[in-house]
Amino acid sequence: MEGLNYIGAGLIVIGAGIGIGRIGGQAMEAIARQPEASGKIQTAMLIAAALIEGIGFAALFAA
Amino acid sequence: MHRITLVKILTLLLLIVTISVNAQHDTPEKEAVHVENNHSEKGSLKAEIKEYINHHLLDSYDFSLFSYTNDVGEHIYWSAPLPVILWDGGLKVFSSSKFNHGETIAEVDGNYYKVFHNKIYKTNVEGIIDLDDHHHPTNVKPLDFSITKNVTVIFLVGLLMFFIFSRMAKSYKKNNLIPTGFGRMLEPIIMYIRDDIAIPNIGKKNYKKYMSYLLTVFFFVWIINLLGLTPLGVNVTNNIAVTLALALITYLLTTFTANKNYWKHIFWMPDVPVLMKIILAPIELLGTFIKPFALMIRLYANITAGHIVLMSIIGLMFVFKSWIGSPLSFGLAFALALLELLVAALQAYIFTMLSALYFGMAVEEHDDHH
Repeated sequence: MEGLNYIGAGLIVIGAGIGIGRIGGQAMEAIARQPEASGKIQTAMLIAAALIEGIGFAALFAA
Repeated sequence: MHRITLVKILTLLLLIVTISVNAQHDTPEKEAVHVENNHSEKGSLKAEIKEYINHHLLDSYDFSLFSYTNDVGEHIYWSAPLPVILWDGGLKVFSSSKFNHGETIAEVDGNYYKVFHNKIYKTNVEGIIDLDDHHHPTNVKPLDFSITKNVTVIFLVGLLMFFIFSRMAKSYKKNNLIPTGFGRMLEPIIMYIRDDIAIPNIGKKNYKKYMSYLLTVFFFVWIINLLGLTPLGVNVTNNIAVTLALALITYLLTTFTANKNYWKHIFWMPDVPVLMKIILAPIELLGTFIKPFALMIRLYANITAGHIVLMSIIGLMFVFKSWIGSPLSFGLAFALALLELLVAALQAYIFTMLSALYFGMAVEEHDDHH
C-alpha cells in the first residue's frame, strides 16, 4: 500500500495536464477566431493555467 | 552614464563577494570527483547526487560557491562566511566560519553550538546531539536570526533594486520624462504592469496606491528567480518562508484596504437566498485564506520543481558512464534552463497578476447588479 499515494499523485498530475492542455487548446481556437482579442485571452489563459497548476503541485507535495 | 554606474555597482558586488571568499587551501590542480566504475557503488553515487540536490535546496549559514575533495581527501570549500545571530539568554553574534561548514562545534561565551541538519542546536563540549525515537534532536534550539545565504541575497537584491530604481527616477526628473540607459529597457515592463495588470484588474480609480507594491513584488521575484539560474547557487524563492512572507503581504494589503462591499460579499452575499448566504459565508471566508496560500505554494513549488529537475538532469552525467551521458545531460539541461528562464518571468508575472486580481476584488464597487 506504500505506493498508492504516488499513483494518486500521478492521476492528479494527468488530470492537471489534461486541464492545462484544454485551456491552451481552447485559447488557440479563441485567438484564431478573434485575433484582436489575443491579449486578453492570453491573460485569462495564464491565470486559469496557474490555478490548475497550483492543484497539481499541492498533490505532488501531499504525496 | 547609467550603464557605467550599473557596471560600477555590479563590480562592487562582485568585489565584496570575491574578497571575502576565503580559499582555505591552494590546490591549483582541481581533481574532479573520482567516479567509481564499480557496479556496487552505483547506489552510493545516486545517494550522493540526491544529497547534493537536497543540499542545494536548503538554506545555509555560509555563502559557498563550490566544494570539492582534494587528493589527500580533505574537503575544500570556496565560500564566504556569514554572521550567525542567536538569541540564547542574550544576543550571540559570531561568524559562521566557526562551524567550519558544519564539521566543528562553535564555542561562544562558554556555550557550544552545532549545526545539525541545517539547524543550530545547543550542545555540550563533545557536541553530542541526542535523538529521540523519531530521529528528532532533543537538544535546545536557540532562536535563530542569522544572516543566512537567502537573507544575504534578499538584502543584495533589495539594494540593487533601490539603486537602479532611485537612479532611474532621478534621470526621469532630469531628462523631462525621457527614459535613458537602463530605463529604456525597464520602461516597457513597468508600463505593461500598469496598463495590462493593474488598471484592468484594479480599476482606474484605485490602481495607483497598489502600483508600488505590484512593481516591487514583480521585480523582486523576477530578479531572485533569475539569480537562482546563475551558477551562484542561490535559490531564495524555493524557501517556503520567503514566499510565505510575500503572500502574507498580499493578504494583509487585501484585507486592510478592502471596502465594505468586499466584506459584504464574504459574509452576506447579496441576491442569493438566506440559506445559501449561511452556507456561503464560511466558504468565502476560507477562500480569503486559500488565495494567498495558493500564491505561496505556486511560487515555491514551481521554482523548487525546476531546480530539482535541472539538478537531476545534470546528475545524469555521472549516472551514465558512457560517451552519451555528457552531451545528453548538457542538451537537456540547456533546454530546461531556457524553459526555466521563461518560468522565472512567468511566475513573477502570475504572482503580480493574481495579487492585482485580489486587490481588485477588495476595492471593487458594486453599484450595478451582476
